[in-house]
Amino acid sequence: MNTPTQVIEPSRGLFDLALDEAWESRELLYFLIWREVKVRYKQTAIGIVWVVLQPLLTMAIFTFVFSYMARIPSDGIPYPLFALTALLPWNYFSQALSRGGGALVSNSNLVSKVYFPRLIIPLASVLTPAVDFMLAFGLLLILMVWYGVAPTWGIVALPLLLFLAFITALAAALVLSPLQVKYRDVGHLIPFLAQFWMYASPVIYPASLVPEQWRLLYALNPMVGVIEGFRWALLGSKSPDFTLMAVSAAAVLVMLVVGVVVFRQMERTFADVV
Amino acid sequence: MGDVAIKVEGLSKRYRIGARRYKHDTLRDQLVAGLQGILRRGGAAASEASFFWALKDVSFDVRQGEVLGLVGRNGAGKSTLLKVLSRITEPTGGRVEIRGRVGSLLEVGTGFDRELTGRENIYLSGAILGMRKAEIDRKFDDIVAFSEVEKFIDTPVKRYSSGMYVRLAFAVAAHLEPEILLVDEVLAVGDAAFQRKCLGKMDAVTKDGGRTILFVSHNMAAVAHLCAQALWIDGGQVRYLASPDQVIAAYLASSSREEPHLSFRDRPEQAPGSDTIRLLEVSVVNDEGRFAASLDSRHPFVVEVVYEVLKRSASLRVGCRLVSSDGIVILSTNDMDSTSGERDRAPGVYVNRCRFPGEFLNNGRYFVSVGADTPMVQSHFNVEREISFTIEQAGGAGSQYSDGRAGFIRVPLDWDVRREG
Repeated sequence: MNTPTQVIEPSRGLFDLALDEAWESRELLYFLIWREVKVRYKQTAIGIVWVVLQPLLTMAIFTFVFSYMARIPSDGIPYPLFALTALLPWNYFSQALSRGGGALVSNSNLVSKVYFPRLIIPLASVLTPAVDFMLAFGLLLILMVWYGVAPTWGIVALPLLLFLAFITALAAALVLSPLQVKYRDVGHLIPFLAQFWMYASPVIYPASLVPEQWRLLYALNPMVGVIEGFRWALLGSKSPDFTLMAVSAAAVLVMLVVGVVVFRQMERTFADVV
Repeated sequence: MGDVAIKVEGLSKRYRIGARRYKHDTLRDQLVAGLQGILRRGGAAASEASFFWALKDVSFDVRQGEVLGLVGRNGAGKSTLLKVLSRITEPTGGRVEIRGRVGSLLEVGTGFDRELTGRENIYLSGAILGMRKAEIDRKFDDIVAFSEVEKFIDTPVKRYSSGMYVRLAFAVAAHLEPEILLVDEVLAVGDAAFQRKCLGKMDAVTKDGGRTILFVSHNMAAVAHLCAQALWIDGGQVRYLASPDQVIAAYLASSSREEPHLSFRDRPEQAPGSDTIRLLEVSVVNDEGRFAASLDSRHPFVVEVVYEVLKRSASLRVGCRLVSSDGIVILSTNDMDSTSGERDRAPGVYVNRCRFPGEFLNNGRYFVSVGADTPMVQSHFNVEREISFTIEQAGGAGSQYSDGRAGFIRVPLDWDVRREG
C-alpha cells in the first residue's frame, strides 16, 4: 500500500515554509472566506447593502468636512469622486489589516483544536474584504457615469494595484497576527496603526499637497502608490511616480518574505499560548 | 516495512509554566521580567524550574488497524500527546513517524459557527477537519441522516437545542475517513442513546475499515470494550502498556491518594478545565470546617468544589460522585438539583458546597470524583477519584456490635417490632 509517511519532530529549518501544504488546503481557504462573508451579514436587515452604504456615507462625510468646510483641494476632480476612488482601495486595505492582524486570536478555537497550515487563517482574513471591494466598485462606476468621467487605459493596471494593497496587508498581518497571539497589546495598537496609515496616505488630500522634500519618504508607503494609481487609472489625474512605486513594492516583497518566515517560526507555539 | 501505523520514539514536550493557557503576557510584563532577570542574574536553576514537562521520553508503537486506549489522570499528558500527534503543537524532542492520513477530534463541533445553518456548518466543519468538498457532497445525506436533524438543516445552529448541536457536530466527525483517527474524550457529551450509536459507529469502522484509532477516555467501560491495547500515561511518561484489562486494573488500583484536599491554585497550568471554567480546589470538609481524611460516621460532612468561571455561562453544571474503593459509583449529584443559588454565572471564583448528612455512609473508604459540564454540549473537566476519605465507625446504628455491615449506606431506618401472637 502506498501510504504517505509523515515525520513529526522539532523543526529547525528557517526556510521550511511548507507552501505546498498551504496550496493543498486551498479548498479550506475558500470555505473560510465563504464563512466570513456569510457570517458578516447574517441577521442584518439590509445585508449586503452595507457594503455600498459604508463607503457612500464616508464619502459624504469627507466631502462635507474636508471639501466644503476645510477647503482641501482635489486636483480639479469633483471631491466626492476624488474621495471615493481612494476610499475603495483604502477600505480594502484597512479592513484586511485589522482582520488579518487579529486573525489568529479570533480563530483561536481552531488553532488549538485542529491542524491545518496556519498560513490559511491570515490569508483568508486578508482576502475576504476583496469581496466587499468588488461590490463597492460598482458604486464607483455609477458615480463616474454621474459625473461624466471616463476611465483611462490605466484601468487595466487596477488588478495589479489591488494586488499590491493585498500583499502589503498580508505582510503586515503575517507579522501582527502571531505577535498578537503572544501580546494582546497588538489588538489595541492596530486601530491606531490603521488611522496613522490613513493620514500617511493620500485618502482625504491629494499627494500633490505633500511638500517636495518629503515626497521620496512619503512614496515609500505602498498605499501612496496604490491610491495615486487608482486616481490615475480611473480619473486620469497625474500619474504616480512608478520608479518610487517599484521601490516600495520591492520593500513590501521583502516585508512579505520576512513575514512568512516570522510566521512559520512562531507557528510552532501558537497552540500553546493562544 | 512492517505494519506499524504510528511509531513514537522518545517524544518530549516542554511548556513554559504560566505561558501555557491562561496568562497572556503583555509587552510590559516581558520588559519587567527581562529587567528583573538582568538585575537578579537568576541563572539556569531558575529557568529550569519555570518549565514543565508535559511529556517526557514517551515511546510506543501502534499497529495498523489497532485501537489504542489512553488512560491516565488529568494533567498526565494524554491530551498533549494527541496534540503533538495531530501536529497542533510541536514536540520539544523526539520523533514520531505516522503512516497514513491523520484526522483528529479533540472537541465536538470544531469549526462550527453558530450563525451558520446546519447545512453550511457541515461543509465548513468538514473542510476544517480535512474533508474535500467532493467528499462532503457525497456524504452529505448520510451525515444528515446520522444526525437526525433533517428538519432543521437550514436553521442557524444557534437555534438548535444543545443535543441537536452535538449530534450534528458528531455526525460530521463520524464520517471522517482518515486512516488514523485521534479522539479525545469527545464521547463524554450527548445523551446515552447517541453515545451508544457513536460507539457503534466507531466499532464498525475499526472492524471493517482497518483504521487505527487512538482514543483518550475516562470511561473505562468504553476502553475495555473498544480497545485492543491500552496505554497508561502518568506524569508525562508511559507507565504501562498492555491489554486493556491489565492496564485498567493497575490504573484503578493506583489512581487515588489518601487525601481529602486537592488544590490547583499554585499550579494553574495543570488545572483541569476549559475556556469556560477551571477547577481550583476540591475538598472533603468535616463538620468542624476542616479538611478531613477520616470522618465520624455520625456527623455530616461537606464536599467543597472551588472553581473559576472564565466565561459567562447560564448552563454550567458542577457535580460530584461518591465512588466506593472498588470503583462502584454510589451516588451522583450536581448543583442543578438545587433550587437556590446562582444559575447565570459571571466570571469569578465560586464555591459549591454539597452537604452529606451524618449516619448515611457505611464504614469504609470512599473516593470523590468531581466534574463540570454544559449539559449535552461540552465536558469541561472530569477529575476522577483524586481525593478520598474514610468513614470511621463511631456509634450510630448497629455500632453496639463490632461485626460490621455489608453495603454502602447506613441510614437509621424505622423498625417496627411487635408481637403478633
